[in-house]
Amino acid sequence: MKTDSLPLLSRVADSVYWIARYIERAENIARYIGVNLNLQIDLPLAPLHQWQPLIDTSGDADAFKERFGVATQTRVIEYLAYDIENPNSISSCLRAARENARSVRETISSEMWAQINGMYLQIQAQRSLPEPERMLDAFREIRLGCHLFEGLTGATMSHNEAWHFMKLGRMLERADKTSRILDVKYFMLLPSASDVGTPYDDIHWSAVLRSVSGFEMYRKKYGRISPSDVVDFLVMDDEFPRAVRFCIASAYDSLQAITGTPVGAFRYRSEQLMGQLRAELDFTSVDTVIRGGLHEYLDRLQLKMNEIDGSLRDDFAVRLPQAQAQGQTQSQSQGPSQSQSQSQSQTTAVSQSANANQTA
Amino acid sequence: MTLTDYDTGGFHDEMFDATGHPRPEAQLLLDTIGALGDGQLERCQQAAERILLQLGITFNVYGDSAGVERPFPFDLVPRIVTSAEWEWIERGLRQRIHALNAFINDIYHEQKIIKDGIVPEEIVRSAAFYRPQCIGINPPKGVWCHITGSDLVRHGDGQIYILEDNLRVPSGVSYMLENRDLMKRTFPQVFEGLSVRPVFEYPSLLLRTLEEIAPAGLTTKPVVVLLTPGMYNSAYFEHSYLAQKMGIPLVEGRDLVVEDNTVWMRTTKGLRRVHVIYRRIDDDFLDPEAFRPDSMLGVPGLVSAYRAGRVSLANAPGNGVADDKVMYSYVPDMIRYYEGEDPIIPNVPTFLCWRDTDRQHVLQNLETLVVKSANEAGGYGMLVGPQSTAAERAAFAEKIIAEPRNYIAQPTLALSRVPTLIDHQLEGRHVDLRPYILYGDDIRVVPGGLTRVALRKGSLVVNSSQGGGSKDTWVLSAPTRGKA
Repeated sequence: MKTDSLPLLSRVADSVYWIARYIERAENIARYIGVNLNLQIDLPLAPLHQWQPLIDTSGDADAFKERFGVATQTRVIEYLAYDIENPNSISSCLRAARENARSVRETISSEMWAQINGMYLQIQAQRSLPEPERMLDAFREIRLGCHLFEGLTGATMSHNEAWHFMKLGRMLERADKTSRILDVKYFMLLPSASDVGTPYDDIHWSAVLRSVSGFEMYRKKYGRISPSDVVDFLVMDDEFPRAVRFCIASAYDSLQAITGTPVGAFRYRSEQLMGQLRAELDFTSVDTVIRGGLHEYLDRLQLKMNEIDGSLRDDFAVRLPQAQAQGQTQSQSQGPSQSQSQSQSQTTAVSQSANANQTA
Repeated sequence: MTLTDYDTGGFHDEMFDATGHPRPEAQLLLDTIGALGDGQLERCQQAAERILLQLGITFNVYGDSAGVERPFPFDLVPRIVTSAEWEWIERGLRQRIHALNAFINDIYHEQKIIKDGIVPEEIVRSAAFYRPQCIGINPPKGVWCHITGSDLVRHGDGQIYILEDNLRVPSGVSYMLENRDLMKRTFPQVFEGLSVRPVFEYPSLLLRTLEEIAPAGLTTKPVVVLLTPGMYNSAYFEHSYLAQKMGIPLVEGRDLVVEDNTVWMRTTKGLRRVHVIYRRIDDDFLDPEAFRPDSMLGVPGLVSAYRAGRVSLANAPGNGVADDKVMYSYVPDMIRYYEGEDPIIPNVPTFLCWRDTDRQHVLQNLETLVVKSANEAGGYGMLVGPQSTAAERAAFAEKIIAEPRNYIAQPTLALSRVPTLIDHQLEGRHVDLRPYILYGDDIRVVPGGLTRVALRKGSLVVNSSQGGGSKDTWVLSAPTRGKA
């Protein structure tokens, strides 16, 4: 990055990063729900626990169980899409994205702001679940709305430091979501070894691929579905935009654009961590991963990504002297920035709940 | 849409003369509106409202729960100002701002105007926004009021008066700009045949003004930022809007830090120097070390850096001394004193309650006067005599007697009206006009302003917090042609 443009305010960097993360999160949830609705049609007799994995993927299983009990379709959709008490529901994500966007309207383009605001107003107006026949469309619209936002981000905003912070947020969130859905589904599907090769198995694995919009691209590359190929594709692929490796490489590129550090070196902790993770993904084979246990591997991966998220904040966002940091906490009680930091600390807590040993 | 039933109600109407005939400058616009099919104006109006919501062009309502945003109601029928009248307004504003600036500079230095017996010293000392901390400060180029939003009203006599100067942190200019965009988007046909002067250059002029007042001796382009109290401030939309249009960072107090008497902002690459701050925070909250110690919004040490000439502030702290409504009544004298000229735009005659004779008169005529607190804005702390109850008048009389310095009274003005879309038809509603004046190397006035309209029938209070809306303001660039 050339030095003649003014560096970003730390607060703004933090906000744009979270805008992208929240929009990506909302898009992922909408996609999961859509895929599951489709799956329901293919497997009408499937047991109730078809909706439970969605809750598991979100990392909010305990909170859900406490409030709703058994994971039925209606309850899960209500909770994941519209529940404002769930900090990770689509509605909450769009609200948080909008709050952040409102605080940095001068940094993002008017088109981006209007798109976020429009999506927010729309989901606010949705008071109850859509009619069954409208359901698929409703989540498709949310998904496309999020894609439109991403497209507007690419096409109407300079690819400057703020843009790179957005890409960082989007890619880290995406990698996190892909690894989670793979973790949950793999764990669920693998015990049914006797089903391998049956239509039932095929439908489920294609659902996993569809959950990350990856079914068609997988087919082109591997043809028939096999669990280890799916893992290879979703974790190690360097071309598919939702594969973990692709996401980390892309996030790393943006981080380098932000810092201006030459390739092969690091000046910040976040650069070091992300560089290590990138190299590891570049030079690991899927067989090694599966042999060592996919769940263990993905668990470590998520730990690393959480660590990267924290180090980004240390490196760029919270460079406040102690006294100032205290002043800020006090001022939050009188309004500005309150909801944002709240929602973010909630998010952090939630996204890390799956890894109890990782505390911020 | 038919206009034949339109009733001027005996008020001065900006579009129709006293006999109910269209004014020449409004003829073409009225023809266009008259030719609209049934419901077309409403449809345009609804489209405009949808756009406002979609774009999040809203203001925050105080007293409501935090974060409640409402669109500022917008009326599609514009207010027209002829080129001749605008030329006169612009001259009058330049003259007035120049005198006010000279007054503020004088007050914080020699106080010649006091020594010469033009303005009483006790009025200056007791002015709520007088800041002794600012004595001796020399802002760059001697400018104290960089951005002013004066309120103009037209009375039943057809004369335009200055109602308030609004020197501190005037707001509303974003609506001036957005209203024009909205008109062009939803009702483009009305511009046809008319030559309406553009307002879009305001952000460029503002940025230029801010760059002009940078601390002397810089070798690089000054870094200019806009300081906002934050997202829950009622004018937050405007803060982010202006920052975006100028391409400058929008900062909050917590983004800034003062070290070595220099202002820095916290960026991803460490601290970066700031040279000019367009602050949209009141004096009181600017710097807890200089003003209110309990302020969490401001930046400790900011005023010290400003005093040392290491950072420029627009507007200059302390300039509100001239915003006091008692001081207002002395502005014509200031113009004569500093400019050696008679005022071009007249003041509204003002009774000062601290003068015994004035107070007696006010107390005896409360039902015909408008009484205002000397230092409140936003339409608060005000009694509109003809629309008040006996109990309200009694309460105000007590306040006046208790604190005569804090109250002034003016005749109730019959504010002029402009046709406004109310329940599917056009009805006259009272308006004012707030042009924006910039002062850097030069005084610049953008041809236009914010026309605020009291949407409630009969109401004279145009403030957004009191049921007001706004209209686009068309300053015409050439004498209007008649019917095409």
